[in-house]
Amino acid sequence: MSANKESWGSRVGLILAMAGNAVGLGNFLRFPVQAVQNGGGAFIIPYLVCFLVMGIPLLWIEWSMGRFGGKFGHHSTPFILDTMHKGRFWKYIGVFGIWTNIAVAAYYCYLESWTLSYMMHSAFGSFNGMDQNGVAEFFNHYVNLDASTMGIPYEPIVFFLICLLLNTWILSKGLAGGVERVAKIGMPLLILFGVFLAYKGFTISAGVDGAINDSSVGLNFLWTPDYTKLWSPSVWLAAAGQIFFTLSVGMGTVHCYASYVRGKDDIALNAMSAGWMNEFVEVVLGGAILIPISIGYLGIDRVTELVQFGGLGLGFKTLPYLFLQWGPILGAVAGMMWFGLLFFAGITSSLAMGTPWMGFLQDEFNWKRKSAAWSFGLIVLVLGLPTVIFFNYGVFDEYDYWAGTVSLVVFALFESILFAWVFGMKKGWREITSGADIKVPGIYKFIIKFVTPLLLLWVFIGSLVTPKGGDWGAALSGNWVLDDSSIISKIRNVSLKKDLANAIAAMDTEKIKHLEDTLFFVNASRLLLVGVFVSIALLVYIAYKKRVREGKI
Amino acid sequence: MNTSALVVMLTTLSLVTGLMLYFFYRVLNTPPKPEPDSFLGNDDDLTRQNVAH
Repeated sequence: MSANKESWGSRVGLILAMAGNAVGLGNFLRFPVQAVQNGGGAFIIPYLVCFLVMGIPLLWIEWSMGRFGGKFGHHSTPFILDTMHKGRFWKYIGVFGIWTNIAVAAYYCYLESWTLSYMMHSAFGSFNGMDQNGVAEFFNHYVNLDASTMGIPYEPIVFFLICLLLNTWILSKGLAGGVERVAKIGMPLLILFGVFLAYKGFTISAGVDGAINDSSVGLNFLWTPDYTKLWSPSVWLAAAGQIFFTLSVGMGTVHCYASYVRGKDDIALNAMSAGWMNEFVEVVLGGAILIPISIGYLGIDRVTELVQFGGLGLGFKTLPYLFLQWGPILGAVAGMMWFGLLFFAGITSSLAMGTPWMGFLQDEFNWKRKSAAWSFGLIVLVLGLPTVIFFNYGVFDEYDYWAGTVSLVVFALFESILFAWVFGMKKGWREITSGADIKVPGIYKFIIKFVTPLLLLWVFIGSLVTPKGGDWGAALSGNWVLDDSSIISKIRNVSLKKDLANAIAAMDTEKIKHLEDTLFFVNASRLLLVGVFVSIALLVYIAYKKRVREGKI
Repeated sequence: MNTSALVVMLTTLSLVTGLMLYFFYRVLNTPPKPEPDSFLGNDDDLTRQNVAH
């Protein structure tokens, strides 16, 4: 039997930890940008539809798979999936549920460490007196590992280590004593900070504190529906993608957390409560901060320009400057709240990423909790350092793309097929409804069996062969040119090679050198990620053989 | 704000906040299940799916 005797301390703690797992930096930085780029208020329709027919079913699938596996003493996806069908192949699909977390944690902890560092810089007034370019340059110097404004050598690496140590230490305290306790403190604080900043976002007046627009301008920009966008498959694809990232489904963390739920306890209501809490943070709070404040001070044109580079730029390069328009004291407080909120959103997710690996070592190799936690910290350090040192050579983005994007869709597709078609909907439905404290609508039997897997398949194929500019009309009429963002083009490094060809044509030697190095690091990081996947698969094989030897299988 | 943006925003915010509060309220007000006793707690068909039965 497994040496793993962890359990949740309370139901509310479990829900807050599960919501914390889902709530991440993307709730505040990615959602508003996606909404603006995909039809404003009309984006919310495909977004909520995808939540109902893909998000909620996947939550129920993952919660019930986790609880089912937990009854057999399994707390990570390889052997959770293995209990669901006689095919030995499934445990290797379950490797995704450990690999994704390790690979995502490697760059996510770095991202999280920025928030910690920026919290300190906000508190110490590092941004005081800087103009907007100054704050943006501060960020560029930071990720380039240039000299720190506070005299700390290699400041990003120091903060990365602090962040990693903090995560490891909390993980070593266990589920109830570490993860749950952080969620119980972090989630209410996150909501409190979010409500304060949302209030500020809703009450900007043109002419006050240097604002050039009322809040209503930003809110109009975000919420005015462009219904013509509803007919665009790209918008639906973006909405489905956002649901994935925001709920942390397809990762293996939900399975892991749910595997510690008692066999007779509810999962249906718990999943709904955690899922809607995440939606509240994303739609209500996330939609009220970044865009309304940015537009209030910078105007629509400038923000439209900035959102092309994603939410990270706005969050780290722009907001610290805008907060200072409220005066040095309130600016510092708002900066600390903003980066504090992002930090809590980050740490409650990164802690979840550690638990599948720890559960696997504890279950299969009888490791003690502390050793398992420190091994996670060490692996993330080794795998994460390239994202810190070679940030400008695309390593960070490469991890994010393969582990944090593609892998989620692939794993979710497999698990939905396993659950609905291989394990079987009859047994699956019994698992979802067993011990349920709410009545699960019967229509979900149909949705889980047909709609969710088909939608996932469409998201995967749509990402694999995305047509140029998202123009599905032209693609379906026979002119299917792949977009540079499609998975196939990404594998072939099409975009990088185009840039390199242009640089060679322009005889820009500096750029040629940088792009050649980037190409090398991009390919090297892919090899590293594949190596980690194969190593975990090998460990799963060894664990399986050990089980056979010990007569457990 | 323009009317259509206001309608979409208020509808969405009330729906999402309402459902979040409703489900959390249900969690807080559902009595905990009793600890399983030695009989009831072990009456599951705990068979791994690859074992013939």
